[in-house]
Amino acid sequence: MGSLSTTRVLLIGLVAVALASFLPLGVSGYILGLLTIAYYFGVFAMAWDLLFGFAGEVNFGPTFLIGTGAYTAGILDNLYQPPIWICVAAGALAAVAGGVVLALPALRVRGPYFGLTTLVAVLMLQNFVVVDASLTGGEIGLTVPDVITISDAKNYEIALWFMAISGAILFALSRSPVGLILQASGQDAVQAGALGFNVTKHKLTAFVISAFFSGLAGALLVFYLGSASVGTFIDITVGVQIIIAVVIGGRRTILGAVLGAIFIIAMSEALRPVGDLANFIVFAMALFVVLTFPNGFFGLLTRSKETS
Amino acid sequence: MLFWQILIDGFAISSLYALGATGFALIFGVSGVLNLSHGALMVAAVVAAWAAGNDLHVGPYAGALIGVAVGFVASMITYFLIVRPLQQSRKIREEEKEIFILTATLLWGIMLQELIAYFYTNNAKTVAPIVEGVVRIVGVRTPANEIFTAVVCWLVIGILWLLVNRTRAGKAVLAASMNPRGVTLLGVELSQVYIAVWAIYGVLVGVAGVLLGMFLGVSSYSVGPLTASAFSIVVLGGLGSVSGALIAAYVVGYLETLTAYLISPAYRTIPALLLLVAVMYISPRGLLGRR
Repeated sequence: MGSLSTTRVLLIGLVAVALASFLPLGVSGYILGLLTIAYYFGVFAMAWDLLFGFAGEVNFGPTFLIGTGAYTAGILDNLYQPPIWICVAAGALAAVAGGVVLALPALRVRGPYFGLTTLVAVLMLQNFVVVDASLTGGEIGLTVPDVITISDAKNYEIALWFMAISGAILFALSRSPVGLILQASGQDAVQAGALGFNVTKHKLTAFVISAFFSGLAGALLVFYLGSASVGTFIDITVGVQIIIAVVIGGRRTILGAVLGAIFIIAMSEALRPVGDLANFIVFAMALFVVLTFPNGFFGLLTRSKETS
Repeated sequence: MLFWQILIDGFAISSLYALGATGFALIFGVSGVLNLSHGALMVAAVVAAWAAGNDLHVGPYAGALIGVAVGFVASMITYFLIVRPLQQSRKIREEEKEIFILTATLLWGIMLQELIAYFYTNNAKTVAPIVEGVVRIVGVRTPANEIFTAVVCWLVIGILWLLVNRTRAGKAVLAASMNPRGVTLLGVELSQVYIAVWAIYGVLVGVAGVLLGMFLGVSSYSVGPLTASAFSIVVLGGLGSVSGALIAAYVVGYLETLTAYLISPAYRTIPALLLLVAVMYISPRGLLGRR
């Protein structure tokens, strides 16, 4: 995949994160808030890239995992007010359970069938949240009584280091033997199986890891925003934005997903003057990327030497 | 009484589902493309018909015609702007094209949705029906429009059946769905077949959309659920099988109507989704699937 070694990429990443951690000294709280959301979004996108780019599973339901984590944490906090870390851990665990449930059909059906299953999972979760309004707040949304902290700078640092650590783990995993086996199973499951690799086990692992980070990020985001709603965590549009972040940044690169996520949040902000058309323009740009350079920004950087 | 009401209502909605899913199944059967902008194309047709009636003050027939024309044009744009460039792209590996087409059509559908919401707001739009009034069937007060919907749906499906089974071009399409390589060996230009199929699909989407607009009305929020329902019906029936899709449309249509009448309209779509998941666990090929 690229000419850069794993350690060098991690070093460059560490320098970038260290530089980014000084941002609160010179930047307004508003921009910090935007970046905080972009970092959580980046974790969603990286977790999705592990499934799509490596395991080759078209998961149209990243928001099923995120929403499960977010709502579990939010509802728990609302009902019993345990310490926040317990809520977050419960959210991550619930998302892992959701990931296993979602993975079961994937082990039986492939390609478009699986894509549909994940889409159905999102619709069912959405139905559940809307119908069961007494518990989830329904269409209005769920307000949680606690937040991690109200300081912009602290929230920013938490999001930054959470993203950095998740990114390092996911990236190292993607470059490890496990990542290679996942990639092989994604491209040709039969051949990977014939080489003696347990495709089922590896795909299930990918699902569990992806679900864990999605749920964790979702739960943390709830305690940053102080609320959870279908529109911010579950709606298919949110899922599509995650997919776009990965495609624009570059599939199968993990770190490209973060660039894509920051790019999307920045574009939506820059396009604020055009009002409701902003989303349209972002989606159109993503479509343009898909049609003209399908490997994304990161792909342009690392693959320019290879002939495609 | 309730029994007859469910029977009649369910029949109308199922016919509509059948028409919508037929086009979706046809595209997949012939070119292997799952068009996730399906719902957006239908909504585009409805909004065009609605805007023609509301802003241009044309009659219901002309409005319906404009709606169908917009569905047709939108379908051709989808094919020439998005699907064909991806199918012919050299930068994407053959086995990944399916994923790219899914992603690109999903994006395209959401772009259309945003555009419609921007220009025509999110409000639900109901197209002025061609047939008005109420008819009594076995004691059930039925809007004449409901009967009209069912009749038109089956008429269009019938014409499609004749077109595919009785004409030379139609037989080429049918053959292409069975074995694309074999058809090219017989001297049929495959790209011509694809264009023909997308043209037919455009008309089907337009007609289904306009009828839906007259019957229930849609808003830009309907894009996702419409795509999902067409997708589920086609998977339930078996991808690539048009007759399977017709049967599945009735299963889903009646299941939804039963739920709406007997339990609560809020749960309308849930049993069909559960059935879909169950079918995919037990028999991923659906009822009559070939692929």
